[in-house]
Amino acid sequence: MADLEELYREIILDHYRSPRNRGELDSPPAHRVEGFNPLCGDEVVISILVEGDKLADLKIAGSGCSISQSSASLMSSAVKGKSLDEVHRLIHTFKGMMSIHEAQLGQDGEAVEPEEVNLDELGELAALQGVVKFPVRIKCATLSWNALAQGLDEVAGQAG
Amino acid sequence: MTPTAPLNVEALRKDFPLLTRTVHDHPIVYLDSASSALQPQAVITAMDRYYETTHANVHRGVYATAEESTHLYENARLAAGRFIGAPDPAHEVVFTKNTTESLNLVAHSWGRTNLGAGDAILLTEMEHHANIVPWLMLAEEVGLEVRYVPVDGDGRLDLGELDSLVSGVKLVGVSAMSNVLGTINPLAEIAAVAHEAGAVVVADGAQLVPHAPVDVTTLGADFIAFSAHKMMGPTGIGVLWGRSELLNAMPPFLGGGGMILDVKLDSFRAADPPARFEAGTPPIAEAVGLTAAIAYLGEIGMDRIRAHELALTSYALSRLDEKLGPDCRVFGPPAGEDRGGVLSIAYRDVHAHDLAQVLDQFGVCVRPGHHCAKPLMRKLGVQATARASLSLFSDEHDIEVLIEGLVEAGRLFG
Repeated sequence: MADLEELYREIILDHYRSPRNRGELDSPPAHRVEGFNPLCGDEVVISILVEGDKLADLKIAGSGCSISQSSASLMSSAVKGKSLDEVHRLIHTFKGMMSIHEAQLGQDGEAVEPEEVNLDELGELAALQGVVKFPVRIKCATLSWNALAQGLDEVAGQAG
Repeated sequence: MTPTAPLNVEALRKDFPLLTRTVHDHPIVYLDSASSALQPQAVITAMDRYYETTHANVHRGVYATAEESTHLYENARLAAGRFIGAPDPAHEVVFTKNTTESLNLVAHSWGRTNLGAGDAILLTEMEHHANIVPWLMLAEEVGLEVRYVPVDGDGRLDLGELDSLVSGVKLVGVSAMSNVLGTINPLAEIAAVAHEAGAVVVADGAQLVPHAPVDVTTLGADFIAFSAHKMMGPTGIGVLWGRSELLNAMPPFLGGGGMILDVKLDSFRAADPPARFEAGTPPIAEAVGLTAAIAYLGEIGMDRIRAHELALTSYALSRLDEKLGPDCRVFGPPAGEDRGGVLSIAYRDVHAHDLAQVLDQFGVCVRPGHHCAKPLMRKLGVQATARASLSLFSDEHDIEVLIEGLVEAGRLFG
């Protein structure tokens, strides 16, 4: 069961059992974005509040497996209060870690070359790297990140 | 061998090469036949032999192998028809890609001809997406009213309001056996009411035909669809059986070679069924594989297969209850005449994907997710279940390994 323990690290189980930043923000002023995994029915609802060039607040709702929910929770802890530049860089790095496998599968057009990924930047999020050994679960791990990226794009579009 | 003699599962397992492999250092425990069944060596060999000795296109050449190919392909049609008791298999059995394509064929060809704005159709809440979405597509296009027979708390169709639901509908679409609940629906009873109301009945037979005796002369349905790969045949070939008078009155589905009598620059004349609905080179090797699968199942006997799977369903339900208690919920009716070997499991609040991931480490293959039945999952109040489905080669040991894996998942996520 070594692979399983690598997938389900204690920190992942902790975030799954006690998810951080749960709930929804009033929208408006917050922006609400949904992500779905049509294969398994997992869903995530992210409320983001952008103030200036900062992701001032975010909350996560929805339901799904331990990987999708812990990834969303870990993400919320990592990006809350950060500048938008930092958030975008973190999204890029996280998706890079996940796309090491996706690139091999040829599933993700914007795959990042593995050498570009600096896992040190990811802190606790690096706990999710065990997921790449389970290709089917990568979409669970990236669900909330794709939704966040989409939400930030939509907010930027509105502002522009 | 009497029709009721128990299966010698240990001997039968030797027929399936894939059962000899290991997964994560465990012997494979294949509990996903409702998704796709495994193939006995006889099916694999039949297809290999066909490619090695016979392959040619059908209905075209006059050389020996072309004649033989055509014979094998048409022979598969007869075998598929006889398997479900079709009175006139040569004319009533259409080969498609799978159940989904068979149902789309009915919606496209029968539906577009016979349904128009304001017409009503009746489906059930336990349908697979394959028997919902083609009808919703048609409904969007021509403006249909789509009604649903509700599912009750035991996972059976609630037929209490059937008379009023069926009133005025032109089509009733119903699953012969639910791919989530294992419920075997009283098709003949529903069809009698539907026919009384003047409706045509299309049955999704994907789950029932591979696991129980089916006779279309008593089933009640006017169309029934099923797939070879769920009955130990290959992927890529499905069956649509329909009553001749309905098929004869239907326009073609896909256009192309093989489905015409004549083509001019500005018009065409369609061939008679079943060729009318089989445009292009059909799945010939797959038809040969289907014939072999039908022979394999027929030799064992569908009555015996059904009895084995029902007994094992009963065993599984009581063992899951005994070992895991109320923490483990299995949806659907109790083991009985109207219950097939499909076990949709929710265990504690562990997500189905996580259950399936842990089970995989034990070599256990189950299907996590919504099983292409999202309306039903909403009704059951779950996002996903882990579905273990039985086959003629499933045994009590498989169930014990399943339980061992569930216990481990409970420990891990406890």
